[in-house]
Amino acid sequence: MALSASKLSVGDTHEEVVVDDLTRTQLVMYAGTSGDYNPLHTDDLYTKEVAGYPGVFAHGMLSMGLTGTMLTNYVGDGRLKKYGVRFTNQVWPGDTLTAKSTVAALRDEGGEKLVDLTLETVNQDGKTVVTGTATARVDA
Amino acid sequence: MADDIKMPVEATHIMMFARSVGDPNPIYHDEEYAKTTEVGHIISPPTFPRSVAQFDPEYRLRLKSGEKWFGSGKNPTGLDGPAASSGGLHAEQHFEYHRNPKPGDVFTVKARQGKTWEKESKRAGKLMFTESIQEYYDQNGELVITSRGVGVKTERPVEQS
Repeated sequence: MALSASKLSVGDTHEEVVVDDLTRTQLVMYAGTSGDYNPLHTDDLYTKEVAGYPGVFAHGMLSMGLTGTMLTNYVGDGRLKKYGVRFTNQVWPGDTLTAKSTVAALRDEGGEKLVDLTLETVNQDGKTVVTGTATARVDA
Repeated sequence: MADDIKMPVEATHIMMFARSVGDPNPIYHDEEYAKTTEVGHIISPPTFPRSVAQFDPEYRLRLKSGEKWFGSGKNPTGLDGPAASSGGLHAEQHFEYHRNPKPGDVFTVKARQGKTWEKESKRAGKLMFTESIQEYYDQNGELVITSRGVGVKTERPVEQS
């Protein structure tokens, strides 16, 4: 279901838990489909002993992908014009992430109605892991 | 990614990619359902374009037959000599969608280097940022997606607070 500009107001929010207790298996799945086999995400021995991190952590693009599921559920399929993020903190196995979208602006451009959104994904401790913005086409 | 990369967009790859980001939305795998939607066909999830890495013959983060790999086997790293650095992390990623990709598209992905800059950080020492831009053109030469990524190399592993 697409959003309607007439039913949206600046400041409206939508949030979803996009992953509950992130598993190492999901990191393996993401490596397999994205093609990013950096051992930092699947190889605990390398990550601890060579890279110097406490253990494997999620691909930034997985955090963005998880945040993207909230976004497409909210704006509807095929409605995104822009989607961009900054990775502000690492995401670890066991994390539960909540992605939140806030309406920043409603506008017309090139005969289309658009909504600009600000995005933030936080972990179970309230620490921000992703911030971003998106623009989607909405109905009148 | 110096040369153009051919990226065929395939239904199975989209299905598996959607699973890997935990998205059960049928528009990513059910053709019959997709026909009933506004878009009218299977589309790919918004972050799918980065899986162009699968089609880059030179991609550094894929194990290649006959070459030493920096991940662990018998030892914590398969490389000889000094340990590999913590390598790069992804700092930012931005996509612009000009239309929805569909299975059967064949993208030609043109990549170019963007800006580079440096910053000092408390948690990881000197940060070296590099921007890269990829443009995804379809079989008709139309621009479908523009991607801008920022990678960061850290002087030392990021301190955990």
